[in-house]
Amino acid sequence: MLARRFRVSYWFGNDNRLPQERLAAASYVIVGMITILLLGFWKLQVIDSDKYGVMAERNRVRSIPIIAPRGRMLDRDGRVLVDNYPSFSVLLLRDDMAAVEKNLPAIADGLGLSLDDLKEQLSNTGALPKFQPIVIKPEATPGDVAFIESHRADIPLLEMLMVHRRRYLPGGFMSHASGYVGEVSEQQIEASNGKYRPGDVAGKSGLERQYNDMLVGTDGMRRVIVNSVGKEMGHLSQQEAIPGKQIQLTIDYDLQQIAEEALAGKKGAVVALDPSTGEILAFVSRPAPDPNDFAIRVSKEEWLRLNTDPDRPLLNRVTQAQLAPGSVFKIVMATAMLEEKVPPENFTTFCPGYATFYGRQFKCWVYGKAGHGVMDVHNAIVHSCDVFFYNIGMRMGIDRISKYAKMLGLGARTGIDLPSEEPGLVPSEEWVQRVFHRKWYPGETISVSIGQGAVIVTPIQVASMIGGLASGGDFKQPHLLKDLQNVGERRVNISDSTVEKVTQGMYGVVNEGGGTAAAIKLQGIEFCGKSGTAQVIGENAKTRFGKGEKKFNNNAWFVGYAPRRDPEIVVAVLVEEGGHGASASGPIVRDIIKAYYDKKAKKGQGQTTVEFKRYDLDGDSREQIAEQTKRAVKPEQAAAAAVAPVSEEKPRPE
Amino acid sequence: MNETTGTRDYDWWLLAIVAAICALGVVEIYSATHGSVLVGMHTKQIRWLVIGFVLMFVLSRIDYHLIMDQAPILYIVGISALAAVLLVGHTRFGAKRWIPVMGEFLQVSELVKLIIIIVLARFFAEVRTDELSLQDLIKAGLLVGIPLVLILKQPDLGTALVLMPMLIVGAFLAGLQWKHAAVIILIGVLMLPVGWHFLKPYQKERVTSFLHPEEDAKGSGYQVLQSKIAVGSGGFWGKGFGNGSQNQLGYIPVRYSDFIMSAWAEEQGFKGVLLALGLYMALLLRLVQNAQRAKDRAGMFLVMGVTAALGFHVLVNVAMVIGAMPVTGIPLPLMSYGGSATLFVFLAIGLVMNVRLRRFVN
Repeated sequence: MLARRFRVSYWFGNDNRLPQERLAAASYVIVGMITILLLGFWKLQVIDSDKYGVMAERNRVRSIPIIAPRGRMLDRDGRVLVDNYPSFSVLLLRDDMAAVEKNLPAIADGLGLSLDDLKEQLSNTGALPKFQPIVIKPEATPGDVAFIESHRADIPLLEMLMVHRRRYLPGGFMSHASGYVGEVSEQQIEASNGKYRPGDVAGKSGLERQYNDMLVGTDGMRRVIVNSVGKEMGHLSQQEAIPGKQIQLTIDYDLQQIAEEALAGKKGAVVALDPSTGEILAFVSRPAPDPNDFAIRVSKEEWLRLNTDPDRPLLNRVTQAQLAPGSVFKIVMATAMLEEKVPPENFTTFCPGYATFYGRQFKCWVYGKAGHGVMDVHNAIVHSCDVFFYNIGMRMGIDRISKYAKMLGLGARTGIDLPSEEPGLVPSEEWVQRVFHRKWYPGETISVSIGQGAVIVTPIQVASMIGGLASGGDFKQPHLLKDLQNVGERRVNISDSTVEKVTQGMYGVVNEGGGTAAAIKLQGIEFCGKSGTAQVIGENAKTRFGKGEKKFNNNAWFVGYAPRRDPEIVVAVLVEEGGHGASASGPIVRDIIKAYYDKKAKKGQGQTTVEFKRYDLDGDSREQIAEQTKRAVKPEQAAAAAVAPVSEEKPRPE
Repeated sequence: MNETTGTRDYDWWLLAIVAAICALGVVEIYSATHGSVLVGMHTKQIRWLVIGFVLMFVLSRIDYHLIMDQAPILYIVGISALAAVLLVGHTRFGAKRWIPVMGEFLQVSELVKLIIIIVLARFFAEVRTDELSLQDLIKAGLLVGIPLVLILKQPDLGTALVLMPMLIVGAFLAGLQWKHAAVIILIGVLMLPVGWHFLKPYQKERVTSFLHPEEDAKGSGYQVLQSKIAVGSGGFWGKGFGNGSQNQLGYIPVRYSDFIMSAWAEEQGFKGVLLALGLYMALLLRLVQNAQRAKDRAGMFLVMGVTAALGFHVLVNVAMVIGAMPVTGIPLPLMSYGGSATLFVFLAIGLVMNVRLRRFVN
């Protein structure tokens, strides 16, 4: 004890002179330090308080858009053709690029994405503002949702957005009419005056585009309180989304189904319409892309393939295929002749199978077998005699032909409610002068007389023309929207005797013994029509490159309607490279017209087709619906199907 | 010598200030954690406070001369403990700082801070000249340098930095010459790039994000920004107890510990900050007063060592909360949640009490 005491006193020397001045200085330092800190707080809490208040609020409150579903599309009987299904998009928040880069492999792995694709997508969207999240997976699986939820804390970069995806009937059903939707382009965003935000979906083609304003709803907004890892902790207010308007189409699913099946694997177009109203009952263009593929996101490769495919699947052949009408054009010729009386109505000519004009031989389509013999206008339509119409054309001249072609609606858009309709072309002397700066060669008139040469038409024009003519010159604007206001109407002065003569001719085509389409006549229906077999390339070239090769096959046209006067239905069918019009396209027209009358008869008896309720297309049932509708169309099959299971039914184990 | 000291000799004012600060801390820890998975943290903090109080009184009873007498042994124990923690220590949050003691993890470096205060006090008390010679200054530097390097190895930049003001304040009071101070500052500035080289990547990131907060919106720049938002949005009157959105929704990083001042400022506003910082100023000035009234230089150095450590903690922590200094991970004494840190502060105040109790004794 003593020793310890001694040691203590040894070192500490009991010096009690303290450096009081320096201790006082320490006090001042402390006061100064606290004062400076307080000034710092004053700056934040009093001077800049409002600014930080706003930032705290922005932290706390997150506005989450509630995406409004697009309006559905129904057929004329209320069956769902296009609807939506809910889906989650995975968003990547990019405010913190370092964290994004660090977590990218984990994200790619967790969501089953390719790391390289993700990286590429990131670098592609580098120009977008940082605060704007990007969609890295448009359709999240339940596994993805679980991954995102369970990694909220360690990978707080992923968010999910509930969206409504467009669902179309499978296999490109009606896809050229319905069109498809896609993310709005930058131009669209700019042009929309703030209506669109990046990532919004808008109609890109077809009805989706035409009636986009009707179909889009108004997105709602949900304001929620979120914690620092983005978890919702409470909810402030909610503005509900206003769904887009449902639109009803004039399309008849049953007829559409037949048309789709008839053109499966072919290249061509079918359009059926009611000329008394302009309502389009069936609208098919094949090949057709499946718009469900675009509903999520179309890959670059797929898009390139669609655009470079020689079969041009993106071309809407009903409104955009501009092709020589072939013999269908003879209806224009006959009308012109009967109206102008040049040559007079009773004009006849002898067809030996060819004729010579301006020193050049023009063949009739029967060339090589026989001639048509003596032809008047009725028989010339029924037998589709080229020589007769060569003579008419030569006597009438191109400008009068052109006048009547335009009168019947060729060379101008029909005004169908779809974007990007093509006008076709009706040549005239003025036109060659303006475009080619040359004179019209009279020989060209001879070709035009049978629908070859410079004249080109679209299938919708052909349907509209025949429908308007048979309706006595009353042309209704073709349309797909059931309750379209102010349907355009055009009245054309054609004498009743002309209409009578021409429609008699078309009746003969199907119903007279030697008619070009006598094979497709329908019992009990005034089915009329006109075939057309249009050359794709000159006959000379065809022989040179080898006859019969499909590549140089003719385009097969058939336009049919019923009844003969004031028809209820007109069907125009084009099968590209289909060969002979009456045999390649005619049966399709016949089937549709027959189905139309079958359905009408059933309705008349108070019977409806199998299912007229609204289908909710929830994935699996789509196939089933197609099946049911098929049955509805072919009653004999439906009956067979209904009987067969009964006979095979096994006794139920009770 | 008469060693009997009565309770009236305790610094009751100092204790009152300490208790008030602790109360603010417990209230804010409760507010910051009651709605989260950390609920109940305030009761754990109270437990630490109680243990701290007891240890403080125990330590105040042992004559500080006796403690300082053991300085060389304490120093060796401290260095050994630091070496041991590097070898066998428990790694938490990416750093080896903890050793298990009685079911709790204690930070060895907190204990070492206390030891360095004692060792430096003894060293400077033995310097008998009015002016501190360069030789003594270098010796003091080495005494601090060895543990400092070991703490940096953990790595724990914050605690290592706390040793510096102890040395600086001690040297200043021991008669540091202005020319030496100038030379040391010059060397320090020149060594900065070298020191930078030795920083860990996350430490560098903290410094760069402090200098350029906009480049790092989610890292430590994010932490500081969120802290500033919390403080600023609190305004003059505050959002009220339990109502700070930045606090309650977890935007403030470690809101119950290092950033507790941010949570406090958000909920209690500038008036609350005024109260808290006023209490800290009162605490520090009271400590200086105790130093002024110490019986001898040894006692003064002891008290000023504690003052330097606590003052530095307050400065660096609060400045970090308002974005005026980089994030260093230094807790706010007595308010931040934490066992080792709380015990250190109470033991340090125990030393101060110790000196005070013996101011008239001889």
